[in-house]
Amino acid sequence: MSQNKTHDPNQMTGAAMVVRALKDHGVEHLFGYPGGAVLPIYDEIFQQDDVQHILVRHEQGAGHAAEGYARSTGRPGVVLVTSGPGATNMVTALTDALMDSIPLVCITGQVPTHLIGNDAFQECDTVGITRPCTKHNWLVRDVNDLAKILHEAFYVATTGRPGPVVVDIPKDVQFATGTYTQPRKSDVHISYSPRVKGDAHQIRKAVALLASAKRPVIYSGGGVVNSGPEATRLLRELVAATDVPITTTLMGLGTYPASGKNWLGMLGMHGTYEANMTMHDCDVMLCIGARFDDRVTGRPDAFSPNSKKIHIDIDPSSINKNIRVDVPIIGDVANVLGDILHVFKAEAKKPDTKAWWAQINKWRARNSLAFKKNDDVILPQYAIQRLYDLTKNHDTYITTEVGQHQMWAAQFYGFEQPHRWMTSGGLGTMGYGFPAAIGVQVAHPGSLVIDIAGDASIQMMLQEMSTAVQFDLPIKIFILNNQYMGMVRQWQQLLHGNRLSHSYSEALPDFVKLAEAYGGVGMQVIKPNDLDGAIEEMIKVRKPVIFDCRVATLENCFPMIPSGKAHNEMLLPAEANDEATAAAFAGGKALV
Amino acid sequence: MVANDTTEQPASAYFIEERHDPNETHTLSVLVQNEPGVLARVIGLFSGRGYNIESLTVSETEHHKHMSRITIVTTGTPMVIQQIKHQLDRMVPVYKVVDMTLTGRSIERELAMVKVKGVGDPRIEALRLAEAFRARVIDATIESFVFEITGNPDKVDQFVALMLPLGLIEVSRTGVAAIGRGPEGM
Repeated sequence: MSQNKTHDPNQMTGAAMVVRALKDHGVEHLFGYPGGAVLPIYDEIFQQDDVQHILVRHEQGAGHAAEGYARSTGRPGVVLVTSGPGATNMVTALTDALMDSIPLVCITGQVPTHLIGNDAFQECDTVGITRPCTKHNWLVRDVNDLAKILHEAFYVATTGRPGPVVVDIPKDVQFATGTYTQPRKSDVHISYSPRVKGDAHQIRKAVALLASAKRPVIYSGGGVVNSGPEATRLLRELVAATDVPITTTLMGLGTYPASGKNWLGMLGMHGTYEANMTMHDCDVMLCIGARFDDRVTGRPDAFSPNSKKIHIDIDPSSINKNIRVDVPIIGDVANVLGDILHVFKAEAKKPDTKAWWAQINKWRARNSLAFKKNDDVILPQYAIQRLYDLTKNHDTYITTEVGQHQMWAAQFYGFEQPHRWMTSGGLGTMGYGFPAAIGVQVAHPGSLVIDIAGDASIQMMLQEMSTAVQFDLPIKIFILNNQYMGMVRQWQQLLHGNRLSHSYSEALPDFVKLAEAYGGVGMQVIKPNDLDGAIEEMIKVRKPVIFDCRVATLENCFPMIPSGKAHNEMLLPAEANDEATAAAFAGGKALV
Repeated sequence: MVANDTTEQPASAYFIEERHDPNETHTLSVLVQNEPGVLARVIGLFSGRGYNIESLTVSETEHHKHMSRITIVTTGTPMVIQQIKHQLDRMVPVYKVVDMTLTGRSIERELAMVKVKGVGDPRIEALRLAEAFRARVIDATIESFVFEITGNPDKVDQFVALMLPLGLIEVSRTGVAAIGRGPEGM
């Protein structure tokens, strides 16, 4: 690199171009793990201070950390890993980001070009392996293509439906000297041009439908978060202008405030009674940036059978994939909502929803999230409720792992703003939450970042405790410890004749000692009366905390839409509480 | 009660619906940037999402623009066909996807080379049929022919079927290429 300093400042090595491109794209943090095939880039990172590198303990952790970073800031997450195992360890995080539309730029090292295809040490076909789990990927064969490809990578990851991209850079390309070019419009494939503006005719149709509705509902998702703050603002304005009830998917929590009067709670398999009944009985459904996932629809042929459906999505392939819709609008959520509001205000009046709200309030009165109070053991729902009450006035970000605790967090933690809730929705990746929390805490060093975890999930990425301690990230890991893979057990109880095959968490570690071994703080709470004090104490600690919250072992997550059932046939907690499931438990009791 | 009546339930919490809409066959023309891996992307999409490929042809068509044209014949329900087009269209190196079957104004052609072995009457019959089908002889020995036949896939199918009792040895087919009628391009 230094030998080319003489004339053109744009002459530099491939490795220097990588760091330069990161700066040009405003990247402040990057998550990674060094190895043979990325050493030239690490050498460049060493010699500058603008981009801070966060060293993880496993490449998958880097991927999820970048996801948490992206999700909590709205900016792309950037990852740097080596060839071979570095790249293959990224596959889970890339797939996770693809499913949840998270912008990630992943730079992988590759063996030198002359060794590609020779089964060289730490070689793998990275672009081949990551092709189905990225939005797009590139293998850079010429250092003079590198700058253009990096710029295109950032553009593709962050525009349209966001997603992960991989740039695979052979080691000789990192060493080679070439010309760096600034980001330009012409860096991007002319074949790539996501549609932003919705069709005016379709928007008029949507407004007319909405205005004439007797039983309307808005069902929105993660697309609202991804579209940016303007989309959230417009969504709230639309709800206020129309007085339509609103439910969101798991990914959309926070786009409409949980304290808002039109809020029905989350919908879907573990959604509220009122949300699912409203979806089932509505006559006009406005779907905004969501994708009719099977966890949302339940049985597709019985999904909201009598409604006209409007679907706003930036990705045309989301339209009519699972559910046939009547008015598809392809475009960016903020852009389309702006147009809808404009037309609505000019030409339409508020739909008459008085009778509809009366019906909805009856459903609400069923209080589908109710649980019995218990003075002896901590119920997981209660634990989340207390956690929410004691942290809601802080600047709090919540991440989760995957399982029962995730659904309880979604049901009982109230989100008022987007970007505050990071969870693995599409892929359902156990082990997501803790590294994601690392990414969140890096982006928001002064905030309270809590990973709501389960005793099984947390063990999948626990090594990142070391990262949290090294970088002074005071993350709180709040484990709802029921000594089971709770959701697996719930399904085995409900669907597999109560045969609890390998779902008991045997040989759990002592989480308190474990936290201390890493240099963090460990806490354990067993009694409901001690919970509030312990949570208060946890919040005060300025170190990573593992909070082992021992909860009722056999509690299951309800409401639930059971197999082969529609939204209006959900199972409520009153009909399936702890006792009922325990009764069918007989032989397995010895395990507890 | 929930926990008890588990015996007759399917082992899934959501209903996996079997769709029984009739399948349709569509020919898609896909204009792509000719870059490494582009064909793998397209094929990977079909295998990864469980779509069918009945025929696939690909070749660079505009060298100076690095553009290739892929012609895919696929079958599926109308909803699946629509999905395939959207999934193709959103790929970064894909310029355009045209459903040649929907335009109703397309010509489809396929080339096949057909090797037939025989002497005496079957050999004469094979040659006569080849003439009727406007197939050309592109290789001959005293006991074999290789015919070249061009036409829509049905015609090629029919010719191959006729050669079967006359000593058919092997067939090599290019797959379908398609183009729209009239003065406009894709």
